[in-house]
Amino acid sequence: MIWNEEFETLPREALEALQLKRLKNLVERVYTAVPYYRNKMDQAGVKPTDIRSLADLRKLPFTTKEDLRLNYPFGLFAVPFDKVVRIHASSGTTGKPTVVGYTKNDIDAWAELMARTLSAGGAHAGDVVHNAYGYGLFTGGLGAHYGAERLGAAVIPISGGNSKRQIMLMQDFGSTVLLCTPSYALNLADVMKEMNVDPKSLKLRVGLFGAEPWSENMRQEIEARLNIKAIDIFGLSEVMGPGVASECIEEKHGLHVFEDYFIPEIINPETFEPVPHGELGELVFTTLTKEAFPVIRYRTKDLSRLITEPCSCGRTFHRMQRITGRTDDMLIIRGVNVFPSQIEHVLMSIEGVEPHYQIMVDRQASLDIMEVQVEVSEDIFSDEIKVLEKLGKRIEREIKDLLGVSCKVKLVEPKTIQRSEGKAKRVIDNRKL
Amino acid sequence: MKVEQISIFLENKSGRLAEVATVLAEAGINIRALSLADTTDFGILRLIVNDTEKAKQVLKEKGFTVGKTEVIGVEVADKPGGLAEILNVMKANSINVEYMYAFVQKSAGNAVIIFRFDELEKAIDALQKAGIRIMKGEEIYSI
Ligand SMILES: [Zn+2]
Repeated sequence: MIWNEEFETLPREALEALQLKRLKNLVERVYTAVPYYRNKMDQAGVKPTDIRSLADLRKLPFTTKEDLRLNYPFGLFAVPFDKVVRIHASSGTTGKPTVVGYTKNDIDAWAELMARTLSAGGAHAGDVVHNAYGYGLFTGGLGAHYGAERLGAAVIPISGGNSKRQIMLMQDFGSTVLLCTPSYALNLADVMKEMNVDPKSLKLRVGLFGAEPWSENMRQEIEARLNIKAIDIFGLSEVMGPGVASECIEEKHGLHVFEDYFIPEIINPETFEPVPHGELGELVFTTLTKEAFPVIRYRTKDLSRLITEPCSCGRTFHRMQRITGRTDDMLIIRGVNVFPSQIEHVLMSIEGVEPHYQIMVDRQASLDIMEVQVEVSEDIFSDEIKVLEKLGKRIEREIKDLLGVSCKVKLVEPKTIQRSEGKAKRVIDNRKL
Repeated sequence: MKVEQISIFLENKSGRLAEVATVLAEAGINIRALSLADTTDFGILRLIVNDTEKAKQVLKEKGFTVGKTEVIGVEVADKPGGLAEILNVMKANSINVEYMYAFVQKSAGNAVIIFRFDELEKAIDALQKAGIRIMKGEEIYSI
């Protein structure tokens, strides 16, 4: 169902007119209120009055995590501090976190956007929303919480952790909608199996998963193991938190960006130029309405491409393809670019292999060594050494085929690899470069 | 005729074998026979115990990956040629021995050899035709 019929199905012309109006207002606001932005614009030779069309957005300088770090904690806030009603933070590139703030209007808009997200994923008033995103400085928990309340659902603010208790409450409270990271959803499936809880006996119908990259194969696994529909949602705290973009349950193909609030761009991360239509590149966002912490052309380091074809659900918003990796979790192994999502893809395509893996990278005698640790589940275990050795070799061969780089597969005991109650740690890079 | 054997996946790190033994001891389970096969990275511990289901359950609860396989046990008299006789029967019938291990009975002093075959039913048939006695599961569980 479409939460906000009027805005989510605006004809493109009207939408773009609204975007331009909001963009002009945004640039005017930050130029006046944030000295750092004003200096950057002055250095680039741009004045707010130079923004006459949406294409003029490209004249504005990018914002990076480094800019946020330099202005720690509140230097980029665009309103007097007494207008700020909420602070969130996420991990920064150094020891200090990245800090963001919200006014009352921002919180209101955020609830609207999360209500749209939940609605796009098939949730509705009357649902019991099991919100296992972490509550706290992380935007996931509270962002989803306010959206679910706005939707008219009953929220269980369970937060992350203690999976057995989560499953008990799912049974007792009749949860219908699950919100958590995709890796935690698989963790819940594991624990259900341990507890002999049949997912079919639960009322869960749909899950909205985000906060870490995942794959189409992982979606199929989650859907099969939890007996639900799995929806990919996207957001990041620097831009808002969850509620920036969401798949619709009709297509589950690309995430509609809520373009009346955010303008997405895809750039080449090396040249900073826009990529040709539909090509893969770094995702960049400009927030159109945010008051406390607006960003202009924020570089996410997430890799995606834009889908501009109309969608059967009726939303006119363009879609971004599910995140295929990050410009900064990309590993270069002996000169070859490697994304953990590619390794995951290989593992998930082998029957019985669970996506519990970790990539260890080291350098020995100036040669990069990649070891992929894979947990041995009951499904693939055998009492014969040769069967397990054959499996290890097969994974090595398939990774080599896909990536063009060889690796060593090490079979490890279940639960060896740190389980994510939040985000999964997939890569341990011990190289000293 | 058949004997249930459990197998456990172990990473080659110190203390894991001791942990298996402790878990079983605490559950009051007796190990009748065991063998450990290993590579540089991992090992597979194979056990015959007096209570297979319980052993499997307590080990799984402790997070081990546990499997169950059917094997057979043959009593070999303490005289030259006992093992050769069995292996020749297998060879004549083109049945592969995946692995085997042996232990000595306390009471009789005879050796018991546990065999894992690729074709279990065919192996049982061949051994019986050759007049070789296959031990009952209960005999081995209660040794
Ligand atoms: Zn759609």
